[in-house]
Amino acid sequence: MDRRGLVSVLLAAAIVGAPVAPALAAGEDFIPLLVYRTGPYAPSGIPIANGFVDYFALLNERDGGINGVKLAWEECETQYKTDLGVECYEKLKGKGAAGALVVNPYSTGITYQLIPKAAVDKVPILSMGYGMSASSDGRWFPWVFNFPTNYWSQASAVVRYIGHQEGGLDKLKGKKIVHIYHNSPYGKEANPTLDELSKKYQFELTLLAVDHPGQEQGATWLQVRRINPDWIFMSGWGVMNQVAVKEAASKGFKMDHFIGNWWSANDADVIPAGDGAKGYKGATFHAPGTKFRVHADIFKILYDKNKGAGRREAVGEALYNRGIVNAMYTAEAIRTAMGKFGNKPLTSEQMRWGLEHLDVTEQRLDQLGMKGFTHPIRVTCEDHEGSGPVLIQQWDGAKWEIVSDWMAPMRDVVRPKIEAAAVEEGKKLGYPMRDCSKEK
Amino acid sequence: MTELLYGVAVAPFKDMVGSPAFFVEVLTGGVFAGLMYSLVALGFVLIFKASGVFNFAQGAMVLFAALTLVGLLERGVPVVAALLGTTAVMIALAWIIERLVLRPLVNQEHIILFMATIGLTFFLEGFGEMVWGANVKKLDIGIPDRSFIVAGVQINELELSAAVTAAILVAVLAVFFHRTRVGRALRAVADDHEAALSIGIPLKTIWMIVWSVAGIVAIVAGIMWGAKSGVQFSLSLVALKALPVLILGGFTSVPGAVVGGLIIGVGEKVGEVYWGPLVGGAIENWFAYVVALAFLLVRPQGLFGERIIERV
Repeated sequence: MDRRGLVSVLLAAAIVGAPVAPALAAGEDFIPLLVYRTGPYAPSGIPIANGFVDYFALLNERDGGINGVKLAWEECETQYKTDLGVECYEKLKGKGAAGALVVNPYSTGITYQLIPKAAVDKVPILSMGYGMSASSDGRWFPWVFNFPTNYWSQASAVVRYIGHQEGGLDKLKGKKIVHIYHNSPYGKEANPTLDELSKKYQFELTLLAVDHPGQEQGATWLQVRRINPDWIFMSGWGVMNQVAVKEAASKGFKMDHFIGNWWSANDADVIPAGDGAKGYKGATFHAPGTKFRVHADIFKILYDKNKGAGRREAVGEALYNRGIVNAMYTAEAIRTAMGKFGNKPLTSEQMRWGLEHLDVTEQRLDQLGMKGFTHPIRVTCEDHEGSGPVLIQQWDGAKWEIVSDWMAPMRDVVRPKIEAAAVEEGKKLGYPMRDCSKEK
Repeated sequence: MTELLYGVAVAPFKDMVGSPAFFVEVLTGGVFAGLMYSLVALGFVLIFKASGVFNFAQGAMVLFAALTLVGLLERGVPVVAALLGTTAVMIALAWIIERLVLRPLVNQEHIILFMATIGLTFFLEGFGEMVWGANVKKLDIGIPDRSFIVAGVQINELELSAAVTAAILVAVLAVFFHRTRVGRALRAVADDHEAALSIGIPLKTIWMIVWSVAGIVAIVAGIMWGAKSGVQFSLSLVALKALPVLILGGFTSVPGAVVGGLIIGVGEKVGEVYWGPLVGGAIENWFAYVVALAFLLVRPQGLFGERIIERV
């Protein structure tokens, strides 16, 4: 075969082998999935995407969709890059019978870019536990939701946990806490809250930034050694997490005094450090593992029939379960909206209503096979965050174990900051403030 | 203003003098980090020296080598056999690159070859991910990774191992270049392609050899960086850490890659620890480029690079 022939064969093979988006039917609810299955952040992106896809597939296979309406989705690869994320959004927002119902950007950078577009396109954004903390105030950001909790609430809950470990919040006085953060808008989110809490509880806070990608952190850990902190809190991402956990372990830092935020405490983050990672802790808002009924269904209905999105052994990883929780919130918001608008394919505006009236109770979690998997949540017009509590999990060398009760965020500290920031950010975007009392 | 001047010009030096043990620890950390950068920079130097090609794919080769090694280890292959297998794969890769990429582009402009190596980068990243998966993998070939204290200075065993490895690698490469027939042929090609060809040195074989050696250097760099961060896609980004080293040390000098690495490593650590807090920190990455660019203004060919004078 000559070279041209070979190239033709390879091209044909590539076209035949390329993944094909599922065909969209008129009677389906369409949800775009902005994923990153390739690139430096793929180890985190893959389990999240698989959790999403498996939960939606489970609803379609087991229940025939939601109230008889099937779910349709299409993945678009962002590689966690903001420009690609915006392209994906533009490409997919108009797909489906009535367009995209909701977009989950899965990147704080992409979320910031989509926030101004969402209100114009009338596509709600669900940035679950990430994005702009100020958007928790639904009066200013009607199209943005970040429940069950945001970075500021997380930081306050982690400080509360540290206080508990020290014997009370008053015992924080004089303690040294270091925040190692990814030098990006995401990484910096917790800083103002931590700063305020350091003044309130009189602990000594040091902020240490790590530049992207975070492969070399020698200077950071030299400073940690010099400061000799009592606790380290980390807001990292990607390789930064793995290097930090390994550095802490190899430098002999007490791993049970090192707490990652919920994007810094995943299975991939502890693998390179091996046994050294034992004791490392992380915040989360759902349980790890596969001991819940929803996982049994996923195994039985999907993986036993070779219909799972990923590897069977990856089901139950921290980020896989996060994908499930996110997909569950999305599905429950659809169900909520259907309760008002009828059991038919929805529009994105109806979906926004569903998100804003979402009320996932303990009883509902039980019905979903998720009792104890995550905390009940109630979203309102004013509160798009839900002020959900936080759990602390700990790596035991083989798996994550929950080691705390639900830690409530310090709402008295966080909510006024959110409201002030929402006014500022909302005004920048030219948004008016909604009067929620008129919408009840 | 006075406060700022004090912060920039006085306080850091007072700090260094006030805590000498910590200052030594910062310098030591910089030396170790610099040698890690040198491991990557050496691969660039080898190929540039022999062919004038800036191999953009060196970072991807580090990733590919580490993925192959850890992939073999995960399948139960013993460490020595896995190392030999990875070496064989990297030599095969060099052969394929020579046959499919370099040979068809012989006599083309250097920029064309540079573009080809960009294409090679994307291929190696994608192919490696396709074959070995995108998960973070633990690389454990028995290198210790604990820290110990000597005279109040904390030293990490992995970093120390990397430093010793880099030193051995440089020594081996020096012997290879200066004491072997192939090494001398390689230097002849580097000096003048056409003259080397005219006395019967086979250019294509030399290219294959030099890409193979760069592949082996990539294995060493992949092991050290992979042991530090796990084997994952980001390993290909370590190439970014080698660029300022190359600018500083020169693109054609093996000792330059080491000395450049040391200056960059020490410079960025000292900069971050003593001056970083003045601007909110995280200056480590770009500070290395500032050092390199400042150097470029004074000595464009780098510390040990060859000065290029062309008649116009």
